[in-house]
Amino acid sequence: MKPSRLAECGNWVLNRFPVTKFWNDHMAQYYAPKNFNIWYFFGSLALLVLVNQILTGILLTMNYKPDAKLAFDSVEYIMRDVPWGWLVRYMHSTGASAFFIVIYLHMFRALLYGSFKHPRELIWIFGMLLFVALMAEAFMGYLLPWGQMSFWGAQVIISLFSAIPVIGDDLSLWIRGDYVIADATLNRFFAFHVIAVPLVLVMLVFMHLVALHEVGSNNPDGIEIKESKDPWGHPVDGIPFHPYYTIKDLVGVGVFLLFFATVIFYMPEMGGYFLEHANFIPADPMKTPEHIAPVWYFTPFYSILRAIPDKFAGVIGMGGSIVVLFLMPWLDRCKVKSIRYRGGIFKKALFLFVISFLALGYLGTQPVTPIATTMARLFTTIYFGFFLLMPIYTRWEKTKPVPRRLTKVKSFEDQLHEIEEQIPAFIEEITEVKPASTEIGHPAFKGAFFNRRPNPKGIAHVLSRVATKLKRSLD
Amino acid sequence: MKSLLTILLLFTLAFNISASEEVELQEANIDLSDTDSLQRGAQHFVTYCLGCHSAKHIRYLRFALDVGVDPKKVLNDIAPEGSSIYDQIHSAMNKHDAEKWFGVQPPDLSLIARSRGADWLYSYLKSYYIDTSRPFGVNNLVFQDTAMPNPLWKLQGEQHAEARKTIYGEYTKLVLDAPGTLSEHEFDLFVNDLVNFLVYVGEPVKLERERLGKFVLLFLVIFLVIAYLLKKEYWKDVD
Repeated sequence: MKPSRLAECGNWVLNRFPVTKFWNDHMAQYYAPKNFNIWYFFGSLALLVLVNQILTGILLTMNYKPDAKLAFDSVEYIMRDVPWGWLVRYMHSTGASAFFIVIYLHMFRALLYGSFKHPRELIWIFGMLLFVALMAEAFMGYLLPWGQMSFWGAQVIISLFSAIPVIGDDLSLWIRGDYVIADATLNRFFAFHVIAVPLVLVMLVFMHLVALHEVGSNNPDGIEIKESKDPWGHPVDGIPFHPYYTIKDLVGVGVFLLFFATVIFYMPEMGGYFLEHANFIPADPMKTPEHIAPVWYFTPFYSILRAIPDKFAGVIGMGGSIVVLFLMPWLDRCKVKSIRYRGGIFKKALFLFVISFLALGYLGTQPVTPIATTMARLFTTIYFGFFLLMPIYTRWEKTKPVPRRLTKVKSFEDQLHEIEEQIPAFIEEITEVKPASTEIGHPAFKGAFFNRRPNPKGIAHVLSRVATKLKRSLD
Repeated sequence: MKSLLTILLLFTLAFNISASEEVELQEANIDLSDTDSLQRGAQHFVTYCLGCHSAKHIRYLRFALDVGVDPKKVLNDIAPEGSSIYDQIHSAMNKHDAEKWFGVQPPDLSLIARSRGADWLYSYLKSYYIDTSRPFGVNNLVFQDTAMPNPLWKLQGEQHAEARKTIYGEYTKLVLDAPGTLSEHEFDLFVNDLVNFLVYVGEPVKLERERLGKFVLLFLVIFLVIAYLLKKEYWKDVD
């Protein structure tokens, strides 16, 4: 049979351009471990948010004016007079915060399952470069609305460069293009935010994925699926990324979008965390706000900066808090990847790290008080302790035996079903039956009413069981 | 580790309590679907605020469309004479005069409700009291040494501040000396309408976005169900 004209055209292209090969290498014949859990959604979600930011960003530039006199008003123009402008703007502003939530969870996944370890060191490095580029992108984007927080946040952060000895003042002047944040700064930040950094981001994402697909994905068991292959050379524990994970990620996308849309439509300011209240006041170089707080995703690092008494040392500390992350693959001396088989000391250290990261984040949003500073110092110490002591405490970790093949995890439905079965027994345990008060109700039913009351003994029992379980899981 | 956790918890608690002490704000009753209140608020705004403050990010036409009244009615009842329906709500005062008279240019109020919050505005407008040491003879409990005179004094009357002591500590109470043309309750409603209007001006699209949100969320729930069923179907053969 003669191929149709359309198929001929298609073949003409395919013979000259390796679309099929690309598709097979990265989707249809890319074998991913079949036991990915909820933590593995955030990679694809990060890509989704990136696309969202680029698309909404392009739409925003069509009406935004990068000019100190016009910028603030042009944002309000977008919010009010541009059809659907408010939606695009909220998608972009919420997307920025969502990006960081997704990326932080994505990075935490790497810590949990040792995805940064041999042979994936380079994926981690590219990822960290992505994180730094993302912070730069967010920082410069935040200046663009030209509100009070945009202005003063940028003023504070750029003045940090002036703490560098000798070249500091000239350097910060060079970055700003003026003695304070001004029109020149706004224009160059616009250029960086709209084209320079996004290009870097897209390139790094590409390299991140190429590096990932070269060595293959890690998994919650932290073992290499390529080590056990079937006669056709495919990993026994792997499944093609497409259609299995493309379809599965759609579910993740659905859940994510539910949260995302809830924020956009019902709480776009997120209580002043996603859009700060003070940023609804136009930038005024003559009026310093009482309390300058960076947007929430920078606050852990900002806290570290404030915790260190000397300004230059603070800048080094803040930079160092990100540099140590780059060194993760070499700081962690433990051969076992997944937290499932790692020793108690690492689990405890990671737990403390998470607590200190969250606490630093919270403290960064609050004004400075003596107590807050002491707390921030304590948590900064824990933060750095987690990384710098890692070569020591991971060396003698008591690990558990790692299986050779992926372990089977109960499906979500089975887990739900199990929990469902336990509920009556659970209620039985934490409550006790007592006759209801006999005073109310008809005398004929006297004593026939029984009420369930909380049973302190049962509750204590349950709590102690949870505590022992928690302790065992940490050992 | 347990003791460490306890210490952390205690610290966090202590930290929360030491939050800054501010005047307790009164709660405004914001209802953006109350179009009568919005229209009254707009009238109050034009009568009492527009002399000095603009709301340049909103147009009369937009207000008419959002509130659902005839644009002509807005022009007649609300907008100052000579304005066009396509105009933004601009103030007649010019910048140089304003700076000469008040020391600062009165801010544009389009976004004041988003930066300050409705409760703050509501309390602020009600918390003026006599203070002869100030240039305009009044001070404000919520915003000490404000540069703004009290435009509503004729309606509210004159208040003075009194220090009160209770077992919980000291606080300042405002006492009405000379009643104004409105009773206390009427004045509360008056200020509430005004704040309601300012909240609307802060984000005119708010009601619309909340209405649309329902459909978007409904769509996403359906999408999620289908995606989940599809995933189950595809993953049947994966053990």
